[in-house]
Amino acid sequence: MADRREQNRLYAKIPDAPAGGFDGQLLAFAEELREEGMALGTSELLDAFAALEQVPWTEQDEFKGALSATLAKSPDDRRTFDLVFDRFFFRAAEAEAARREITEAPSRSDVFDVDLEALRREIAAALRDGDEATLRDLARLAIAAFGKGEGSGVLGVDVQRIRRALGLRAEPQPDLPEDDPRRDGIGREQLRRFEQQLRRELERDLIERTASLPPKRPLTELDRALPTGPIQDLAAVHRVVAQLKRRLATQGHELKGRKRHAHVDMRRTMRASLQTGGVPIELKYRPQRPRRPEIFVLCDVSTSVTSASTFFLSVLHALHDAFRKLRSFVFIERISEVTEVFERERDFRAASEAVSRDAGVADISGYTDYGRVWTELLALIEDELHPRATVIVLGDARTNGRPPRDDVFAAITARAGRTFWLNPEPRLYWNYGDSVIAAYEQHCTAFECWRTDQLEEFVKALTQPIVA
Amino acid sequence: MPETITEPSSVDDVVAGLRSVGYLPGSSTALVSYLAIKLGKPVLVEGPAGVGKTELAKALARYLGRTLVRLQCYEGLDEAKALYEWNYKKQLLRIQTEAGETGWREVQDDIFGEEFLLPRPLMTAISSPDPVVLLIDEIDKTDQEFEAMLLELLSEFQISIPELGRIEARTQPVVLLTSNNTRELTEALKRRCLYLWLDYPETEHELEIVRLHSPDLDETLARKLVEIIHQVRELDLKKPPSIAESIDWARALLLLGADEIDGETFKQTMSVIVKHRTDLDTVAARVGVKLEPASGDGQPAA
Repeated sequence: MADRREQNRLYAKIPDAPAGGFDGQLLAFAEELREEGMALGTSELLDAFAALEQVPWTEQDEFKGALSATLAKSPDDRRTFDLVFDRFFFRAAEAEAARREITEAPSRSDVFDVDLEALRREIAAALRDGDEATLRDLARLAIAAFGKGEGSGVLGVDVQRIRRALGLRAEPQPDLPEDDPRRDGIGREQLRRFEQQLRRELERDLIERTASLPPKRPLTELDRALPTGPIQDLAAVHRVVAQLKRRLATQGHELKGRKRHAHVDMRRTMRASLQTGGVPIELKYRPQRPRRPEIFVLCDVSTSVTSASTFFLSVLHALHDAFRKLRSFVFIERISEVTEVFERERDFRAASEAVSRDAGVADISGYTDYGRVWTELLALIEDELHPRATVIVLGDARTNGRPPRDDVFAAITARAGRTFWLNPEPRLYWNYGDSVIAAYEQHCTAFECWRTDQLEEFVKALTQPIVA
Repeated sequence: MPETITEPSSVDDVVAGLRSVGYLPGSSTALVSYLAIKLGKPVLVEGPAGVGKTELAKALARYLGRTLVRLQCYEGLDEAKALYEWNYKKQLLRIQTEAGETGWREVQDDIFGEEFLLPRPLMTAISSPDPVVLLIDEIDKTDQEFEAMLLELLSEFQISIPELGRIEARTQPVVLLTSNNTRELTEALKRRCLYLWLDYPETEHELEIVRLHSPDLDETLARKLVEIIHQVRELDLKKPPSIAESIDWARALLLLGADEIDGETFKQTMSVIVKHRTDLDTVAARVGVKLEPASGDGQPAA
């Protein structure tokens, strides 16, 4: 997709090298990191320069290690850093080569003697053993063997064509001979790495041929996300939820700061003064207990949110661990309370099974009816809502054409202190089709929540101390 | 013990040094340790539990021939327990013994001297005459105020005591902060540190670690053990097995005299690597069954 755009656009001429030699290059690199959203301070750049003085620059590992230790300071930043590092220095090196008109000797005619079957095997073996350098050489061989001449001009297409020609697949291929490394299938991560190598070599070729630098491809959300999509990967969700539990447990303790608005606890002060002969040297303060909000959670479990509902249920489960005063409901067409299920089951798996088995979600049509849900909810909890209560709705706000009844929703939010809405769809899709989130959004704070970091954003908002 | 103090001159020195004290560092671990020593910057070490974050600090201390000063963080940790505290009782005694004979001014000057100071770990690290390795363990357990308090120490290596003035470090300590990443640390703290992300090691690396700690274990058995551990880590577990648990398991197998990890042995010993009841079920169902000594199913275990 991005490649097609690149094709249609006129390539930029090779830009001039940044001023200031290597330092300039490094600053340009930092600038690119900032463009991708990393917060880099000048002090960190200074650290990077200081670190580079300590290591040999000729070793790529150490050079990169020194830079990442000083610049990228969280797992997410690391990921961005790795991607930008590869992109930037690859382009910088190629641009420099093009500027000096260094090209590779065109001695590729000999490779057609290569036994293609042997090459296939060799590549599969290198993938399995994870040898980067060999892999790069083999990628070049593969391009020379399969990719020359009939290049389609679109990098992505060429990459896939070469991969197919090599017979590299993720799924096992039992009809291959016993000793073939491709037999058991190749890990997706390894395939991705090889494709990356191919793409890079093809790009290098292209730059060399056209003597111009294609526009850089900005990182997409997909690149930036960890190799497995976090929400699909239940283990990753659980890890974040576990973190979330801890944060929920400690949040609000900032209020405990002993010196702010602390009340002297006379009893304990007097008692402590006995140690010092009746002189109250040490003042004892009454601890400030964080205020635990009362929470009502509504969770959509209809088919339109199937992929997200595991995620939602595990969030719900985590919330149950963290807040004592919590009532939870699941709904499709009507609502049913599942507070007890979650309180009884400490294990998430058992809890979600129990919810789907005997929560008795009145599910006649299988389509969500938000209007009805609000009316029922209001009837159920009207008396319990008060300004310190928090209502959280997990759902996609897709009404299947039924009346949204946002007036009833407004009545609920008016009685509750805060209302949050977590929508598992990217904001792009909001209000398209039968999504009526806009009608609800004016009464509550809506979060898009399809990545774990967005969930964290929500947790931050949720755990902000209520100033009542 | 100044004669044993080592000063590495290259990253390879650090690798060799850490290996010599029984810690097998990954390449980035060695590099960041080297930078920390050379640049005098604190290192923030993050990663899942049990990948050797704390062990790294201990190994560095052994290798550099320095004392290890450790501050274990927990919720509610404050200056009095981390930095210094006035020894009230001693001060009181002083006041009482001097009462009547000396004037207010002398006593006041007196009782706020270093003699009445109880040094806590951070203070100890700063004021030690020999350079030390300071380990601030599980910094993510404390609250943000405490982090803010650390800033002065981490960037200037000094502590301000209102009654006494500044106490500056006499020697440059190597500082390691570890975090299990349960809470986002403040930007200010991160800015002052080098960053090291420790993850579960690659198969070969872990194999080497296991072999180092239980050299009597058969090579093929150890390899199989590590491969199984890696499979188990892929599962969705509450607590995936750490390196420490691989080592424990290796030792357990040695004690039992097992020469093969089959379904039976695995069932008996898997509680060494998996510590939750529900996890045990998952592991037994997903990994344990593959190990059943059925030779005909064409699925060679691991």
